[in-house]
Amino acid sequence: MSTRISKAGRLLDRNKRLSFTFNGRNLFGFQGDTLASALLANDQVLVGRSFKYHRPRGFVSSGVDEPNALMSLGHGGNFEPNRSATTVELVDGIEAVSQNHLGSLDWDLGFINNFFAKIFPAGFYYKTFMKPRFAWKHLFEPIIRNAAGLGRAPSLPDEAAYDYFYAHVDILVIGAGMAGLLATYELAKSGLKVTLVEQKHYLGGYALSDDFEVDGVAVPKWLENIEKKLIDSDNVQIKKNFTAIGVHDHGYLIGCENLEVAEKMGRSSIRHRLWRLRTKQIVLATGAIERPLIFAGNDIPGVMLSSAALDFYKLYGVSPGDRTVVVTNNDSAYLTAINLYNAGLSVPVVIDVREESSGDLFESLRSMGIRIEYGKGIASVLGKKRVKAVELCSLTGEGSVQETIECDSVIMSGGWSSAVHLWSHCGGRLIWNDQLDTFLPDASKSPIDENGEDFIAVVGAASGSFWPSEVVQNVKQIVQKIQKKFKTSKVKSSSISIQEIKYGDSNSKYFTPEGASEKLKSKCFVDFQNDVKLSDLRLATQEGYESVEHLKRYTTLGMATDQGKLSNINGLKYLADFLGREINEVGTTTFRPPYTPISLGSIAGEARKGLFKPVRKTTLHLWHEANGASWEPVGDWRRPYAYLKKNETIEQAVSREVTNTRNALGILDASTLGKIIVSGPDAANFLDLMYTNMISTLQVGRCRYGLMCNENGFLFDDGVVVRLAEETFLCHTTTGGADRVYSWMEEWHQTEWWNKRVFIQNVTEQFTQITIAGPKSRLLLEELGGLDVSRVSLKPLDYLEGELAKIKARVFRISFSGELSFEIAVPSQFGLEFWEKCLETGSQFGISPYGTEALHVMRAEKGFIMIGDETDGTVIPQDLNLGWAVSKKKKDFIGKRAQERIFMNDPNRKTLVGLSLQNSSEKIPDGASVIIGGVDQANDNVIGHVTSTYFSPTLDKPIAMALLKDGKNLLGRSIEIPVDSEKILKAIVSEPKFYDAEGNRQND
Amino acid sequence: MKKYSAFALVKEAFNNHLGWGRAWRHAQPKKRYKVIIVGAGGHGLATAYYLGKNFGIRDVAVIEKGWLGGGNTGRNTTIIRSNYLQEESAAIYEKSRSLYETLSQELNYNIMFSPRGVMMLCQTEHELRAMKRTYYANRLFGVQTEMVSPMRMKEMIPIINTDGPRYPILGGLWQPRGGTARHDAVAWGYARAISSWGADIIENCEVTGIVREASKVASIQTTKGSIDCEKLCFVVAGSSSLLAELAGFRLPLESVALQALVSEPIKPVMDCVVMANTVHGYMSQSDKGEMVIGGGADGCNNYSQRGSFQHIEETVRALIETFPIISRLRQLRQWGGIVDMTGDRSPIISKTPVENIFLNCGWGTGGFKAIPGSGWATAELVAHGNPGKLAAPFSLARFVEGRMIDESIAAAVAH
Ligand SMILES: Cc1cc2nc3c(=O)[nH]c(=O)nc-3n(C[C@H](O)[C@H](O)[C@H](O)COP(=O)(O)OP(=O)(O)OC[C@H]3O[C@@H](n4cnc5c(N)ncnc54)[C@H](O)[C@@H]3O)c2cc1C
Repeated sequence: MSTRISKAGRLLDRNKRLSFTFNGRNLFGFQGDTLASALLANDQVLVGRSFKYHRPRGFVSSGVDEPNALMSLGHGGNFEPNRSATTVELVDGIEAVSQNHLGSLDWDLGFINNFFAKIFPAGFYYKTFMKPRFAWKHLFEPIIRNAAGLGRAPSLPDEAAYDYFYAHVDILVIGAGMAGLLATYELAKSGLKVTLVEQKHYLGGYALSDDFEVDGVAVPKWLENIEKKLIDSDNVQIKKNFTAIGVHDHGYLIGCENLEVAEKMGRSSIRHRLWRLRTKQIVLATGAIERPLIFAGNDIPGVMLSSAALDFYKLYGVSPGDRTVVVTNNDSAYLTAINLYNAGLSVPVVIDVREESSGDLFESLRSMGIRIEYGKGIASVLGKKRVKAVELCSLTGEGSVQETIECDSVIMSGGWSSAVHLWSHCGGRLIWNDQLDTFLPDASKSPIDENGEDFIAVVGAASGSFWPSEVVQNVKQIVQKIQKKFKTSKVKSSSISIQEIKYGDSNSKYFTPEGASEKLKSKCFVDFQNDVKLSDLRLATQEGYESVEHLKRYTTLGMATDQGKLSNINGLKYLADFLGREINEVGTTTFRPPYTPISLGSIAGEARKGLFKPVRKTTLHLWHEANGASWEPVGDWRRPYAYLKKNETIEQAVSREVTNTRNALGILDASTLGKIIVSGPDAANFLDLMYTNMISTLQVGRCRYGLMCNENGFLFDDGVVVRLAEETFLCHTTTGGADRVYSWMEEWHQTEWWNKRVFIQNVTEQFTQITIAGPKSRLLLEELGGLDVSRVSLKPLDYLEGELAKIKARVFRISFSGELSFEIAVPSQFGLEFWEKCLETGSQFGISPYGTEALHVMRAEKGFIMIGDETDGTVIPQDLNLGWAVSKKKKDFIGKRAQERIFMNDPNRKTLVGLSLQNSSEKIPDGASVIIGGVDQANDNVIGHVTSTYFSPTLDKPIAMALLKDGKNLLGRSIEIPVDSEKILKAIVSEPKFYDAEGNRQND
Repeated sequence: MKKYSAFALVKEAFNNHLGWGRAWRHAQPKKRYKVIIVGAGGHGLATAYYLGKNFGIRDVAVIEKGWLGGGNTGRNTTIIRSNYLQEESAAIYEKSRSLYETLSQELNYNIMFSPRGVMMLCQTEHELRAMKRTYYANRLFGVQTEMVSPMRMKEMIPIINTDGPRYPILGGLWQPRGGTARHDAVAWGYARAISSWGADIIENCEVTGIVREASKVASIQTTKGSIDCEKLCFVVAGSSSLLAELAGFRLPLESVALQALVSEPIKPVMDCVVMANTVHGYMSQSDKGEMVIGGGADGCNNYSQRGSFQHIEETVRALIETFPIISRLRQLRQWGGIVDMTGDRSPIISKTPVENIFLNCGWGTGGFKAIPGSGWATAELVAHGNPGKLAAPFSLARFVEGRMIDESIAAAVAH
């Protein structure tokens, strides 16, 4: 059984007992444990079920590569599925529950799948479930969906908080093993600012479990000393629980800091923090990941990686079992064997797939009298929910059993893969190194920064330097290189003496026995979580899925939550063998972020709820809120749709607002309209290119309604342009278009017309803009006092600047309602004051605020267009009867050439018309299609669609606008609007002007 | 070709599945083909398939620079729908969708077409109006869609947050027969079919040159040598401009990175596809249980198949706002593809300035759903030398004439 061993457990504080539960059972662990080590210490060897066959599974690894031990933690708004127990630091009160079983973990009904495994090989679903046709959606797929998936989904919104940090660091060292610590130490000595990050909750990495000596002390002690020095150093920052997630172009690195423990202890209000780091230099010291060996039954609980067993023992004082069989292709498992043996546990045999071995560890094993079997393999592991025995066989044979050896755990090592993921995220190439049996960074094609220089250096096991003395040498070189890059004074690197343990050569065998029968192959697991077996790889390659990507996709190899950390290389080796080619020719798949899965919450950060696209507010926002505004989101803003009075429906409010404005006086907050200042000697000329109209002829003090088209000639924004001074223009845009138009102008200026001397500024928020509309609007302005706004001084489309009610103001005489109307801009800080003065003074004229809907009704009554309603990306100004605003004289403007194309002048183009209903008070449906001559099968009768539709309180009837093919020639004709399969409305086509077509009111 | 069936599976089980043959032959180029298709993505393979099926043209090679299906076909989020606004688009996408319905049976390869329904959210008044317009248009064109109220939506998709503080959901456009399919299987299924009747699929073979004789192409140069052809068809998505350049003409296309990501697998929580255009993100749940997530395309042109992290952020934020429970799920993988964007967001299926070169591209962020229909229409174009009714509106000439088929409303978010 697995149990706690008193003489090991470096990370534990045995004085602090922690309690937790697993599937409702109360268990205990110690401070310093991971959930995994604590479970194992309680002899909980069976911890999960696999994805496809629901096979019983135990721990394979002790780190982020764990494929099996996935659990659900917490409840309600703190529930989290799929956490690998090996990465959860134990705290008091954790409630863990195992996943993916029907019934209990011990008795899982889903295990039935296992009996059908023979008919369910890789990709079986591509070959069946096709008949009858409906059965896929209604029968087979639901079954598959329910069987698949791992943990349950959270049922409540996440209660935790997340945030972002931004930082610029000179040097970022990733990984705090021996190489990372040493590199940090040496770099810091030369005065460089270094940040060291480590994904685990402790520093030291693999060396912390190792047995060699440095400078006369055991390596863990030596690492501790370095750590202390680093903590004392001013120019070093150390971050534990920090995973480098992805490297992006130009040294941009995303990291995720896990603050869960701090959060649970009340030391942090944040659960995960996403770091965005801009680095000048990255030092990858990410170490290596041990690979499993493949043999039948290698997935039975109790079979684990040698390095995991060593970690569990050394760091947490937990034994993998009482009798441990070792199977390996390299010496590193010897180290584990020796340690277990020294702990008083039994190691009946070391099965070595090599022909022989040598070196210090071999000598120790021999002197301890541990049996070593060379050239052997495991035919099969026996046991169901726990290892019972292994069957020894010759490596080369088909797996005939030579001896059955009882044991309750098996540790395996299939060699080591350098953790090179981050190198390849951003274009770095990898090459396979046969001798070291791993992919290594190819220094000749490294990720490069914005200057074309490489910015990632790799040290330690990640670079293929597996031995301590190599690490020291390798760090020294890299540090010198970096010192040179940063031009620091040379500081002598520390001289370090290592009393190294000599290892023998490893070999590259990855499965046993070599001649495994088909039956054995179907029990040899390559990808544990997804249940991909050697037999699946064989089938896939036999069927021609022999590019790495095809193999992965067909079998799901490497697609599990461990992202193939344990399985990909073994799969690749199989493929290379099958094709009889070198691994380098077979290729690897490119690694992509994230290095380990990160919470979606951390990616979103604080940007949720109120902070998700924060609402932009005008200076009058609070006033609107206090006065019954019913809101409508418009772009990033929220605008009052209408102001509701007591017992009023929205429709009634809109109708009241329209009528009041038409008959007396209305006031509107128009501050959200975009305001862009374009100034400079070439401003007029630049705007001639941006707008379809001629802007350069505009006189100072005058306004002009301008249109903007894209390169395709289509209308995308409109607004009033004002010439404030000879070289200064104020361009109004739609509310939603402000940012777009601003960047549009910048883009053209910066990329095409960079030689024009203009400055573009977005001053949308600097002004509060208020529309005063209605027959009494001039009276109000006169009453406010200040500027002369008489008919003579302020004619339609005039502009004046001065004071109104003692507040500095710009007054534009423009109208979007069709009434006599003034738009007044005051500096934002005076916005509310001015608004309130207007209301106060205007009360004698019956002033009342109106919202966007009243505005829209009034503009529709007048036949004015709305961007987004009358336009949809296919409409040119001419379609909207706005040809008058498209200059014929200008040599060029954006969209001109496009508008000259044949189809733009086709008489059949859709043009804007008005629609009114014959004897009906019903509203014409929004967006409805318009037909003429009845519905027909071929839809040849469809002639257009309704663009805007309202009930007009002024005319007391429904009105609408529509874009209809050859609309001009349809005036006065009757068309049909199908509402649903039964109902067809009949309407009459008119000019799109329903009210005061001559414009007498606005020009008064 | 061995037939796939449950019966065959059971039979093979007794034989350790040793009897299954290759899904498609790994061919070496012959000297000459009647038609060469460049690009073994879904559209290229489907074109080859319908050339064989509808026109009996089987002397065809499909040339692929990497591995079959490794372009956008193997990188997309597999949404299938046909609720497009313009008549021309609705026609080809609906043709495609209806071919998908029976594709598994036709190819004898389960491509897992799953009409689980596609919901497009309306989160502003403006969007609501636009969707209604689409709804009315769809109805006339025979595409079955309906407008759904927020309440009904909440019943259909319990994990959705209909009254988010920022953009409450005002309604939705629901296409019940939209859904998803297994992307790789579509490519593999077509490949298996065409290979079985003798068409050659040549992988790891990049086209590097086009040899012209007068106004026609005579042969292509590839990394596996020169191959002659009677007709040539480019179906290379994001690489279209590069190939056009080899052939001596230019295309109105921009190539940008589009990304997607998946979460770790969880038990079923959402049965349909949901697209949220205003906040820019969409999500579905795969048969494996992963939440499949996508969003906006990058703003700058590039060929690197890496997108910028900023878009992942925006997408994830948008979806957490829409589905608050996903916050505690973890992102498992992310990837990018280079999509070929036209100015009107509609594809190009067209003749080219070179007499016997034909072109299929411009599917941008949304061409997976179009694979069967597009293959159908392109095959017709290649076989006859002139487009049929489906393809005609999508000619290159439309950019010259200004006859745009603008789908920026229907395709506001990449999908
Ligand atoms: C992230 C993402 C999500 C998407 N989501 C969806 C979705 O949900 N729904 C949807 O309908 N669509 C979606 N799409 C779009 C869809 O993937 C594409 O429109 C579609 O797959 C294009 O298929 P294709 O066959 O034209 O191109 P591809 O599949 O890209 O195939 C083109 C092939 O041409 C090859 N090639 C290129 N140059 C050469 C050369 N010189 N010689 C030889 N071969 C060459 C390439 O290697 C490639 O295999 C998405 C795309 C992406 C990137």
